[in-house]
Amino acid sequence: MHTEILGIFLIFLLSVLLAWPLGRYIVSVFQGEKVWSDFFSPLERWIFRLAGIDPHQPMDWKQNMMALLGTNVFFFLLAFLVLVLQGYQPFWNPVGLGNWEPTLAFNTAVSFTTNTNLQHYSGETSASYFTQLLVFCWLQFVSAATGIAACALLFQGLVNRSSATLGNFYHLFLKSSTRILLPLSIVVCLLLTLGGTPVNFEGLQTVTTLEGDTIQVAGGPVAPMVAIKQLGTNGGGYFGPNSTHPFENPSYFTNIVENVSILLIPMALVFAFGFYLHRRRLAMLFFGVMTLLFVLFVALSASQEMSGNPNYTALGLADGQPNIEGKEVRFGPAASSLWGVSTTSTSNGSVNSMHDSHTPLSGGIFLLDMFINAIYGGVGVGFINFFVFVIIAVFIAGLMIGRTPEFLGKKIEAREVKIAALVVILHPLLILGGTALSSYGIQRNPDVGWLNNPAYHGFSEMLYEFTSAAANNGSGFEGLADNTPFWNILTGIAMMLGRYLPIIGPLAIVGSLAVKKPVPETVGSLPPESFAFGAVLLSVILIVAALSFFPALTLGPLAEYFTMGK
Amino acid sequence: MKTLRPILILGIVTIILFGGIYPVVMLGVGQLMPEKAAGEPVYHDEQLVGFENIGQPFDSSQYFWGRPSAVAYNAAATGGSNKGPTNPEFLSLVEDQIDSLLKYHPDKEAADIPVELVTASGSGLDPHITPQGAVFQVQRIAQARGMSEEEIRSLIDQYTEDAFLGWFGPSAKVNVLTLNLALDAYTGPK
Repeated sequence: MHTEILGIFLIFLLSVLLAWPLGRYIVSVFQGEKVWSDFFSPLERWIFRLAGIDPHQPMDWKQNMMALLGTNVFFFLLAFLVLVLQGYQPFWNPVGLGNWEPTLAFNTAVSFTTNTNLQHYSGETSASYFTQLLVFCWLQFVSAATGIAACALLFQGLVNRSSATLGNFYHLFLKSSTRILLPLSIVVCLLLTLGGTPVNFEGLQTVTTLEGDTIQVAGGPVAPMVAIKQLGTNGGGYFGPNSTHPFENPSYFTNIVENVSILLIPMALVFAFGFYLHRRRLAMLFFGVMTLLFVLFVALSASQEMSGNPNYTALGLADGQPNIEGKEVRFGPAASSLWGVSTTSTSNGSVNSMHDSHTPLSGGIFLLDMFINAIYGGVGVGFINFFVFVIIAVFIAGLMIGRTPEFLGKKIEAREVKIAALVVILHPLLILGGTALSSYGIQRNPDVGWLNNPAYHGFSEMLYEFTSAAANNGSGFEGLADNTPFWNILTGIAMMLGRYLPIIGPLAIVGSLAVKKPVPETVGSLPPESFAFGAVLLSVILIVAALSFFPALTLGPLAEYFTMGK
Repeated sequence: MKTLRPILILGIVTIILFGGIYPVVMLGVGQLMPEKAAGEPVYHDEQLVGFENIGQPFDSSQYFWGRPSAVAYNAAATGGSNKGPTNPEFLSLVEDQIDSLLKYHPDKEAADIPVELVTASGSGLDPHITPQGAVFQVQRIAQARGMSEEEIRSLIDQYTEDAFLGWFGPSAKVNVLTLNLALDAYTGPK
């Protein structure tokens, strides 16, 4: 048992140790300093010339926002068209898979464009190799690069002393893909291939088992896609059951590689904040607040899974066995819990165990993680979400000590706080509104057949689905029969709003902060690096998440927990 | 048009780079490790009998059995049960598994059963069980094969895989397919 605990310590420590130098490197890339990857610059220059982009033309927050939205709309349209017309193009489609139903295509195109990767389809039975690579694998790069570029704009806005320009989105976007995501993906892909993750175009292979049965085994170009799915906090698996599948994640070694990849860039961007603004202590404070919650969540989830399900004992099984339903023997319950917390806190959404089958409190932790959605967070957007909590905390701390709130030498005024508050309210609105609607649907027509589990757990399934959509996570309580127009359209809308408004809002905040005259720091200002501010920040995060979501958590996971084994 | 050009070109160039060139190059590099790139296939008398990491169904009494699978080990449409821990339907499935195991192992009782033998994995293709899960089945296999229990136990020992580097992850597991191949290849004590 103790080797399982050692294993999760190893994964966490590796992630932190690798994230630190990566954060430094990311800042060098953002700021255009000389780096080893400069051999990409001829290619980048050629692309910019072709596209008619002047990478050094500075843009203000609105111009950048238009560029971000414009590219993303184009990504979505292209993906949608390829999906609904999949059957018409014969290339890289050995199994002859057909066209997608439009609402499913809509949901999936939104899902991959918004870096969510909620999957209402199963990869091996509905997506051709062409779709897997030229749509999904591509979108996993560009949606992640969109988030990282947005984060770079935010950093620059916080640095500015009365200048409205935040940098050039196109430039940051392309460099995020070529300099950060591509090199890391190549390394991770190689490690995965070494670990036995296949990469081939074999289609379905026929196997004659030892007992003489004939079975079909689906393969494909798995390793390259798994690499970017983890690094870009996408989470969209090649196969239906994601990284539980022994081809996506064949061993404990590949599990380490993949789990580190999930945490790597989100952690690195917190450090990058410190390097970019020369505020390393503040970055450490942010990292500390996030890590405190992260470690707490892992400990709680792992202890629940390792101590098992009391209902098993009632059936006569020996006491003290873990809850291994929906989990793989090669990972064990501890690594499954660490992965679950990693994937829900970083809005990754890939799974190495079935979250639907976790014990109630562990499932509740995953929900809480996505309610907060800023513990390290999705690539780029995680830090942006965290920044919103920081603004609220600064405001509240300012009220408490009776001074005008300020952050990094800029006054936080009504406009900024209003935007931050709206962004914070959006998340529960989408989640609770959606869950209420679907609960009403079930109430009106109990035979609608969505739920795979009755009672409290069924409620959790619906709550989880909307939470995952709004948080752009993509994991699911996968028992939910979610490939219906109702779920496809509603979660599609939730993903869009949950993606773009929380990017636009904070960029509007820094857009207005960027042009404000700096106020000198005095003895009266609250230093954000202080322990006191850390405590306020932590409380704000917990109170916002708890106040908005506690009733829903009570109806789902908590009710299930308290009635378990009764 | 002026704003459309960067968007269209960036979109198309990135498709070619990340949807085309990147995976194809990685596919090429993968060919340097053909065994791995093919998913570690297992051949027996030049016939493809499985993949090392893909669990397959076993139900005859001369073989070790793997875990229950929500998809009956269908490696073309994989998945878990997604049953919640308090779902009565799920608990009755576990109960059925216990009953059926006890039927084939009359010398045992429910408290002897390692939990992975009665619960489904997430992928439906879990290739492993714990060594306890293998030992549980020893008597049945010994009878079916006319081998001694001692011989089978020593095979299990031989094929028990340690934690990663001896330190990290689940402390012991057995690959069911590998172990069954070893059973078939067994020619007597050395």
